[in-house]
Order: sequence, then structure tokens, then C-alpha cells
Amino acid sequence: MINTPVLSVRDLVVEIPTRHGVLRPVDHVSYDIAAGEILGVVGESGAGKSMTGNAVIGLLDPPARITSGEVLLSGQPVHSLRGEALRRLRGKRMGMIFQDPLTSLNPLLTVGDQLAETIIEHLDVSQSEARRRAVAALDEVGIPAASQRMGSYPHEFSGGMRQRVVIALALCAEPDLVIADEPTTALDVSVQAQIIVLLKRLCRERGVAVMLVTHDMGVIAEAADRVAVMYAGRLAELGPVREVLGRARHPYTAGLMASTPLASQGRARLRQIPGAMPRLGNLPPGCAFSPRCDRAQAQCHEEPGPTLKRCDGRAACWFPLNTDATEEAEA
Amino acid sequence: MTETRIETPAAPRPSRPRRVWESDFIWSFRHSPVAVVSFVVVLLMMLGALFAPLIAPHDPFNPATLNLMNGFTPPGEANQFTGEFFVLGTDDQGRDVFSTILFGMRISLFVGLSAVFLAMLIGVTVGLMAGYLGGWTETLIMRLADVQLTFPAILVAMLIFGIAKGITPPEHRDAMAIWVLILAIGLSDWVQFARVVRGATLVEKNKEYVQAARLIGRTPFSIMLRHILPNVLNPVLVIATISLALAIIAEATLSFLGVGAPPTKPSLGTLIRIGQEFMFSGEWWILFFPAATLLALALSINLLGDWLRDALNPRLR
Amino acid sequence: MLAYIIRRVAQSVLVLLVVGLVAFAMFRFVGDPVDAMLGQERTQADIARLTAELGLDQPFPVQYWRFLEQAVQGNFGLSYRQGRPVSEILVERLPATLELAFVSGLMALAGGIALGIFTAIWRRGISANIIMTVSLIGVSLPTFLIGILLIYLFSVELGWLPSFGRGEVTRIGWWTTGFLTESGLKALILPAITLGLYQMTLIMRLVRTEMLEVLRMEYIRFARARGIREKSINFRHALKNTLVPVITITGLQLGSIIAFAIITETVFQWPGVGLLFINAIQFVDIPVMAAYLMLISVMFVGINLIVDMLYFAIDPRLRVDRTAGGH
Repeated sequence: MINTPVLSVRDLVVEIPTRHGVLRPVDHVSYDIAAGEILGVVGESGAGKSMTGNAVIGLLDPPARITSGEVLLSGQPVHSLRGEALRRLRGKRMGMIFQDPLTSLNPLLTVGDQLAETIIEHLDVSQSEARRRAVAALDEVGIPAASQRMGSYPHEFSGGMRQRVVIALALCAEPDLVIADEPTTALDVSVQAQIIVLLKRLCRERGVAVMLVTHDMGVIAEAADRVAVMYAGRLAELGPVREVLGRARHPYTAGLMASTPLASQGRARLRQIPGAMPRLGNLPPGCAFSPRCDRAQAQCHEEPGPTLKRCDGRAACWFPLNTDATEEAEA
Repeated sequence: MTETRIETPAAPRPSRPRRVWESDFIWSFRHSPVAVVSFVVVLLMMLGALFAPLIAPHDPFNPATLNLMNGFTPPGEANQFTGEFFVLGTDDQGRDVFSTILFGMRISLFVGLSAVFLAMLIGVTVGLMAGYLGGWTETLIMRLADVQLTFPAILVAMLIFGIAKGITPPEHRDAMAIWVLILAIGLSDWVQFARVVRGATLVEKNKEYVQAARLIGRTPFSIMLRHILPNVLNPVLVIATISLALAIIAEATLSFLGVGAPPTKPSLGTLIRIGQEFMFSGEWWILFFPAATLLALALSINLLGDWLRDALNPRLR
Repeated sequence: MLAYIIRRVAQSVLVLLVVGLVAFAMFRFVGDPVDAMLGQERTQADIARLTAELGLDQPFPVQYWRFLEQAVQGNFGLSYRQGRPVSEILVERLPATLELAFVSGLMALAGGIALGIFTAIWRRGISANIIMTVSLIGVSLPTFLIGILLIYLFSVELGWLPSFGRGEVTRIGWWTTGFLTESGLKALILPAITLGLYQMTLIMRLVRTEMLEVLRMEYIRFARARGIREKSINFRHALKNTLVPVITITGLQLGSIIAFAIITETVFQWPGVGLLFINAIQFVDIPVMAAYLMLISVMFVGINLIVDMLYFAIDPRLRVDRTAGGH
């Protein structure tokens, strides 16, 4: 069991039937996350990052649905679970943190009620024990005077404190996997770092696997162990964070890095990737990135884009950057 | 999702009618059988009402052509004395029910459409003013709207009808009844329009293009007309459709209660009021056909309004 | 909180003053009250005496003030048609309307909320879709047609229930009730359904729309993501949030039941204030119209006030001191 990853996504495909044809927001995506590991999933909006997270926890909004592939939680398939069986897993085995703490907490229930309810739902404890644990959970995420805040309503907290409550809620039933969907996007810049540090600490201490969905390369650099870069529903690149950020192999990742202001990267002028990500209903015939890629050749425009598996397992590109071969050639 | 498209080789641009036919709005219409059927029903009824004098087999309000012997002829049977035939039967006076319904519909639709038009005119004007001018104009208008909204529209309409009736000299009351009805229903229904238009105006007012229009010196009137009004048309259209159904029902209700269209100029409601008297004696058709017509009319318009709201509301799509 | 209540009460009083002005203007300017009260045989002296008695020779604000003074004491003058004090007629008729409105309101509220929740939760189910279709017919069906339909079915065809009147009533002090006799209860059934059905449809559709809106909220998704069971999501997380806006509009709906009773009372010849009002319009009996208007305004404003307080009790966000600005 020691080598079984907490989350294993295998060739996952999510499709949405529309009147203009079937859209594929998630197209043959595969990756693993081990216990205590943070996988950052990056990409532009619409690249399929959140959709992947929703598919894993079984919260796709119809008509979107998983049409093929597998989601394994500690080796056990969960993509085919429905209703009650799925509900038991949510919260208990996998938790989710949403983007906006203002809208993800029920305004009419106290935070104590929402915590205690979740704990009782999944752990076999009494009401008083649940409330005790709820206080502990609030305390752990750094809410001052936790026991006094149990009776507070969400609107009585500040934005950063609210997101801490959300994290406490996601973690209170001790899940093995947490999907954090843009957990810092809606927060003030000054609070973002605190939340990331908190998330990282909790993940390390409890050995939780985290899928950190974000469009912010800074957050990835700060928190993730490995990175998955998504483009138009596909994995463009997957690898350890230093490797991918430092020596990007997919031209899209390279472009993304060049267009991101990272404090560590000096004062080089920001570049931008020409054009925009194609809409899912309007993908080019070849590699989805080919129209914007300055390295694209005839093969890229004609043949369907390669999958990670067909390439070196790092970058889904016919002509990757920074490989030993290309470096030799360029040298 | 990003809106910019990747350059594709120029496909032949479809012709204009083709593009309209393929547009989301028409597409959603073509693919909603309910919308199509209700539209056809409403259209047929409007045409029937418009051309009632041409279509109606009899003139039910010309005493010269009425024969009391034809009274109470059941639908689909020949009269036992005169041998005359009436599709939907006749009432106690020997009037052809089909013809009275056509003429009744004419009055119901006329009152309904005029009342909604009046309500729309008042509501949109007042709403634009409240939203754009703000200040005490807005306070006054919206307070008035609040007070009126405290009371159901039908009650307000009854009250206005009652007051107008009190002011009109008794000998003109029947002749004025239709206009009083339009006034009563129209005045009872403007608040909805005003609220929506005001809300939309408040949003549009602060957008850059309106600010820009103001900077280049356009008058408030022209800004409201050319920039803000087009943006509030969709919700106004939806409200107008739903209001039409409500106005027709309100008219029928008032007429049924005897405080609306007089028996000399019967609307569907008046016909139902007359028909109700014969319910206990077995002449069901005098009541049934006008009632069914009213229901079909109101239901079709409601269904159309429901569909329109969904089709024009991108949030629900 | 206190400031909020005071402001709401002040608003209510303002509404009543406006309505009072309308009622007074009706009384004063629609038709000639002196003319209407005296009938055919009158002398110049009679006219002068009555004009002075009614205070019609006073300036307008004075007249309005006197009218309000009288109205607060329940004195609305004599009915033009019946020649009796309007307040006496109203008190006699009020129990019938209130009992009818009470039963219908209860039915509309219970049925509307239950069906609204049902159709929202099982929105893709067959029965929910059938209910929704029927409800659309219900909204398009004018109240008086529902009444006629019920009379036709249960009185004419089946002969089970009476088609008009209030049945046998029991007198308790000045109040008359139909709740205590079999014929009274039987007579209540059809009018109550007629009056309640339309409101029930509206409340149902409203609850459904609101609930669907709430079920789309992020906190519901988050509750799902935490594995909270559907029952708790629907009835704890969603219902409470649904009820906040529903209460306001439902309150207004219940108020309008009293107004819509006019229609039902006419169809069933129910001896309440609504029937009285319709007859007053037909015969231009202005004092009765004015008094009815005032009576119903007091009820509406009272209901609105109660609804606002309820709103306050349910939504914790309002309990924080937020006295400035509207909501």
C-alpha cells in the first residue's frame, strides 16, 4: 500500500454535449498525487483545471459527465460511484476548498453548526465531542479565540478568516485528499500568502494529498511539489515544480513562465503569448497550441497533438524545449 | 472563456435570413414545441379578434338579425324550431356563441393590449426618469410605487374603476366603460415596468459609454432614448408579455364581477358572467366556450412569456 | 434594531396617510356627498345644514383632518345605499371574510411551501413536471373560473356542497362563525379552495424559483463537497435561505388574499366585506368604498410590518446594526 498514490487519475475524459457538438473540457488527463504531496494544476481559465477537480470529487454539473477514464482514491475506483456511496467519501476521504469564502459558507448557519454537522456526518462521535473537535479545527487553522467564534455567522469574519474557516471545514473530517480550487484568488494579496502557508503546513503535518488548482504561477512556485500544466482540456506538461518552472519543455509552459512576473526572475521584460486559447468548440485540427506556437511545424498543424504518454511523459509536444536532445542541437 | 477566436479560413458568410433563422433566439423558439403552439394559438386568436366582423357568421349585437326562437340552441345541432345551425350553439337571446366569443375576444384583447401599452408607457418613462435623474424625482416615484405595490393590482384597478364611474355622468357610463377599464388596469400595472427599468438604468448609467455620451454633451433625454432604452428592452418585453396575460385576466375578472365591460359590449368576462346564470339549468355551452377561450388565451400568453423569459435570460441558459 | 422598527412604523403611518387622503378625496370629490345623502325631497336649508354638519364649508386641510379623526374612531358616515353607519355594516360582514381568508391563507401557505420544495428538489421528476404544468394552468385560470368550475363539479353535478352563502353561523358576541356547524364548514370548503388555489400556485412557484436559486449557490456545492446528506442540504441549508425572501413576498400574498376575497365572495355570494365592496362600486356607494379601502390598508400595512419583523428574526445578517440605508 505504501506505494499506492492517494489520488490516481487515469485517462480521464469529461464531456459536455451541446447543440454544436460534444465539448471535451477534460481530455485524457492522467496524474497521481502521493500522501503529503501538493500537485499544482495551472492553466488559463477554461483550460479544464477546475473541471478536473470537480470530476474527481463527483461534483460535475450536468450535462457535463465523465465519459471514460478512471479516478482511483488509494487504489479504489470512485469515478463510477453515485449517490450515497459517493456522499460518504466526500468530506471523509476527500475534501474541497472553494474559491470564494464569502459564497462558500452558508450565511444563515453559524460556523460552529456547519463544522459540527460535517464532523457528525462522517465520524462516529457525540454532539459535544463534535463541537469540541470543531473548536480544535478552528484553532488549528489559526482562528483566535476559537471557542468564542463557534457561534459567529460567516459575515462576522473577515475574508482571510473566512477562508480559514472553509479550510477547517474541508479538513475537519480528516480526509486523505483535498482539492483546493483557486483558494487564494478571491483574497487580498496580503492574506494570500498566509493561506498558502497554512495549507502547506496542514498538508505536511497530516500527510494529506493536495490538488491545488490555480492560475497563479506564484502560488505554484510557493506551494507545489509537482505541477500539471493544462491547455484546452489536455495536460501540456507534468513534472516536479523546479524542473517545470526552471526548464519548461512545453512551449506553452515556457510562454506562461515568460509572461508571469516572478520576483525572483529579475527585471526581464514580460512577454506575452500571441492570440488566446481556442474555445473548446473550435479547436484547431492539429495540436491545440499550434496556432500560437512559434516552434510549430507542419506536423503540429496536421496531426492531432501528442499525449504525455506518447512523448517523454513530461511534455505533450512533438518538439519540446530543454530536452537533452534539443540542448545538444542548440549548442 | 476567452472570446477571441483563432483565425480560421473565411467561410462563406450565411445570408441574413439564414443568420436570423440560425440565431440562438429563433433556434430556441423552433426547438420549443410549447412556444410554437402557444404562439400559433395567440396569433390565431389575435387574427380572429381583428377580423371578427368578417369571420363571425352572425352579428350578435344587431337586434334586427336576432331571432328569439333560436335561443338555447345546443352546439352542433340544428334548432328545433327554425332549423338553423350554430357551431357553438346560441345563448338565451338566440345570439350565436361563436360570434359573441369572437367579438368578446376583440374587446378583451383590445383592453388588454391597450392597458399594457399604457402601463408600459408610464412605467418605462417614469422608471427612466427615476433611474437617470435620481434625487427627489426618484424618491417620489419609488415611494409612490411602494405604496401602490402594497395593494394588489386588481384592487387598485377596481378602485380606479369605481372612482371613474363616480365621476362619469350615469348616461355615459356604459360608453365610457371600456376606456375606464383600460385606464384602471393600465394604472394598476405600471410599477413592475418602472422598477425594472429603473434598476437597469442605474446599472447602465454608470457605464463608460453613457459617461462618454454625457461628456460629448448629449442631453439627458437623448442619452436615455438612444443608449439606455435599448438595454432595458428585453426585460420590458418579458414583463409586457406576462402583464398582457394578467391584464386580460384582470379585465375578465372585473367584467365578470359586473364592474367592467357592459352587457351591450361584452368581453369574455361579461360573457362568462352571463353564461354562469345558465350553468344550473344545463345550458353549459353558453358558459363553457367563452371560459375555455379565455383560459386558452391567458395560458398561451403565459406560456409564451415563460419561454421568452428563459430565452432572453442568458443566466438560465 | 429599534431605529429600524421606528423607521418601518413611520413608513407604515405614511402609507396610511396617503391612503387616507385618497379615501377622503373620493368621499369629497366623487359625486356630491350632500346630494347623495339627501335623496329627492330636500330643501335649501337641509343642504346648508348637512354641508355644515359634514364640515364641507371648511378649508381642505381641516376637512382632511376631521376625516382622519373620524376614521380613527371608526366613523365613516352613512352608507348612501343602505342609510346605516358604514362601520356597523363592516363589523357585521368582517368575520365572514376573515374566516374565509384565514382558511385559504393557511391552505395556500402550507400547500405552496410543501409543493414548492418538492418541485425544486425533484425538478427533473415526472410528478414535479406535472405539478409545474398544472400550476401554470392554475396561474392562467382566473379565480372566478376556478370558483365556477368547482361549483359546476361539486354543486351542480355531484350535489355534495352548497354553491353559495355561508351556511348556518353561530354568534359569539359580535363575531359570527361558520366553524361550529356542519353546514357552515361545508359552505366554507369551495370558497376556501377557490381563494387559496391561486395564492398556493403563486407561493409554490415562488418557493421553487427561490429554492432552485439557492441550490445553485456555492455554499450548497460546498456542503455537498463535505458529504452532507441530501436531506440536510435540502431542509437545513437550502430551506432556511429560501425562506428569507419567500417570507416577504408570501406575506404580501397573504395580504392580497383579503383583496382577492372580493372575487370569491362574489362568485359564492359569500356575505363578507368583499361582496359589500363590489356592490358599493356598482352603486357608487362612496362611503363604503372609502371605508373598505381604509380597513384593508390597515390590514395590509399591519401584515407588512409583521413580515418585516419576521424577516429580521430569520436573517442574522440584518440583526447587526445596519440602521443606515435600505435593504
